[in-house]
Amino acid sequence: MTKELVFGKVQEIFRDIFDDDKLVIQDSTNSSDIDDWDSLNHINLVVAIENELGIKFDLGELSSLKDVASMIELILIKLNN
Amino acid sequence: MISFLEYPFNSQMILRKRKALRKQLMVGTHFRKINIAVLGGSTTSEFVNVLELFLLKLGLFPNFYESEYNKYYEDAIFGNSFLSSFKPDIIYIHTTQLNITSFPTFDSNNEKVESLFQVEINKFKNIWKSLEIYSCPIIQNNFDFPINRSLGNLDCYDIHGKTFFLNRLNLFFSSEAQVNKSLFINDINYLSASMGLNKWFDKVLWFNAKYAISFEAIPYLANNLTNIIVGIFGLSKKCLILDLDNTCWGGVIGDDGLNGIKLGNETPEGEAYLAFQKYVKELKERGIILAVCSKNEIENAIEGFKHSESILKFSDFTSFYANWQPKYENIEKIAEEINIDINSLVLVDDNAMERNLAKLHLNTLAVPDVGENILNFIDHLEYNGYFSVSRLNVDDFKRNTFYFDNQRREQEKSVFKNYDEFLISLKMEAKIQIFKDIYFERITQLINKTNQFNLTTKRYTILEVEAMANNKDFISLFGKLSDKFGDNGIISVIIGKIEGKSCHIDTWLMSCRVFKRDMEFAMFDEIVEECKKRNLTEIIGYYKRTSKNKIVANLFDNMGFQVIENNEEEGKWKLYLLDYCKKKINIKTSKYD
Repeated sequence: MTKELVFGKVQEIFRDIFDDDKLVIQDSTNSSDIDDWDSLNHINLVVAIENELGIKFDLGELSSLKDVASMIELILIKLNN
Repeated sequence: MISFLEYPFNSQMILRKRKALRKQLMVGTHFRKINIAVLGGSTTSEFVNVLELFLLKLGLFPNFYESEYNKYYEDAIFGNSFLSSFKPDIIYIHTTQLNITSFPTFDSNNEKVESLFQVEINKFKNIWKSLEIYSCPIIQNNFDFPINRSLGNLDCYDIHGKTFFLNRLNLFFSSEAQVNKSLFINDINYLSASMGLNKWFDKVLWFNAKYAISFEAIPYLANNLTNIIVGIFGLSKKCLILDLDNTCWGGVIGDDGLNGIKLGNETPEGEAYLAFQKYVKELKERGIILAVCSKNEIENAIEGFKHSESILKFSDFTSFYANWQPKYENIEKIAEEINIDINSLVLVDDNAMERNLAKLHLNTLAVPDVGENILNFIDHLEYNGYFSVSRLNVDDFKRNTFYFDNQRREQEKSVFKNYDEFLISLKMEAKIQIFKDIYFERITQLINKTNQFNLTTKRYTILEVEAMANNKDFISLFGKLSDKFGDNGIISVIIGKIEGKSCHIDTWLMSCRVFKRDMEFAMFDEIVEECKKRNLTEIIGYYKRTSKNKIVANLFDNMGFQVIENNEEEGKWKLYLLDYCKKKINIKTSKYD
């Protein structure tokens, strides 16, 4: 899966979770850019990404997903393994 | 999208599209507000969000109080000002095996194990006891099993075993709920078993965010809890309508004939249809009314139930429509015949087109998307919780008899020249009395279920009913009606609130089973008597319009009240007791013994 494809899927997930059809994320987007992105919605995002892409994050990895770039990067590593 | 909230639940999409789903559900109107206090032993936030969706779908608008993380015990025992001003209608205690104070250790002897058990049961007994001040139903999780157990199989029977300990606790919870009328058990032990513990519990979520259940399990838990609330508020469905071909038996009776349809233990398919019939029969035995709506010749339809293996008999159905009319028309007739609202009906039909057509024409009809595989039908009925009840009571078992008796009355009616003669022939006897504790449950059920003959449509919990029964400022009466065809059970309630010399009719309702039998006059005569005993001088009547209670809009006028005010939405009337003259009715009234 290409980075663009993954990015597109992650963007859809963000739009669903935060219920904002026009939300556009960038590599640098992090929890300070989106009001609702609190620790609980963080779990929601992670679970949705896991289900959508058929991957599983490890125990310590959740807190390292600080921004969109780190999410995409880790997803790509998992998908290519 | 709303269909995500129907079995089989799409957990993934419910959680992902939660906000959009909420928006869609909020379009509805006429929500009934309900305050729910969630006292959690683990993180509950996402659970509460999903529970909101399931309740909105039912027409309930929840307002939540959530305890701080794992503060269920403190909130219950010590209370706090938020919780007391919140005035919960329902308290839900979300605890799991992770909240056990201490499991037995391997060096514990019998006595030590027993004392740990006592510690645990006393903890919960104290919680339930101190929550009594809120006078509302308490829904309590029982315990799921831990995902690992170092003792292996021995864990379930050695005194040190965790599952052994939890099984004992669960049994204790169940026996408490048998006697404590405001305690309801949310059976997560069963729920987790039916999902599988590995799906129910997610180690990553627990270690990371202290969720005691997986995200996949959240919709299932929310649905399970909603089903309990359906039972408590008396919102469950009353009648199951069945299609025949490929629903009650395999094959088409009109083509295959009685010997050609698949039913019975000879073939796997035949067994599956038999299992479905068995389940339906069980529903009937606990008070669900059965009806048939099928595109068939009536003779063929009836013949199908003469099959030697058929568990369901023609006589099990209160209403039976087999013809070639559109199903929605027949369903409307069924509703009319049984005299219940379309929203109390559930249709099971293997034909997707028929399901869609029925749903299209009757938007309050429940039509589970059962598919065409008989193996799945029962799960759809069960998980969607249509027929969930919080308690069984004798009137439920008898309900089918009530409706059959009514059919016999209808037949008799045609014999008489005028209605009055018919009423006299019924030899009706009413028993009317002040609320009595053994009937609190039935009274509460009636208060929460009755929509048509209901002047104010106020809903009360069993504890509120009990409180009014014990309060001298209330005159609370219930009535039973029987006649030569049978006993109708408790069918009417009237509650008056005394203020000074006036009695205000807070609640007045009557089951549709006994419409047009003059029972309302019998009830009213009795409250007049009670008012006179208390030297009251007037009765004030109220009417509050809903979408269903038009039938009583003019009741107070007809009873001889003078109107004080009356607009489209509500009205108020007054009657001086001295002006009241009893109507001649054909009911003999007596007191309970």
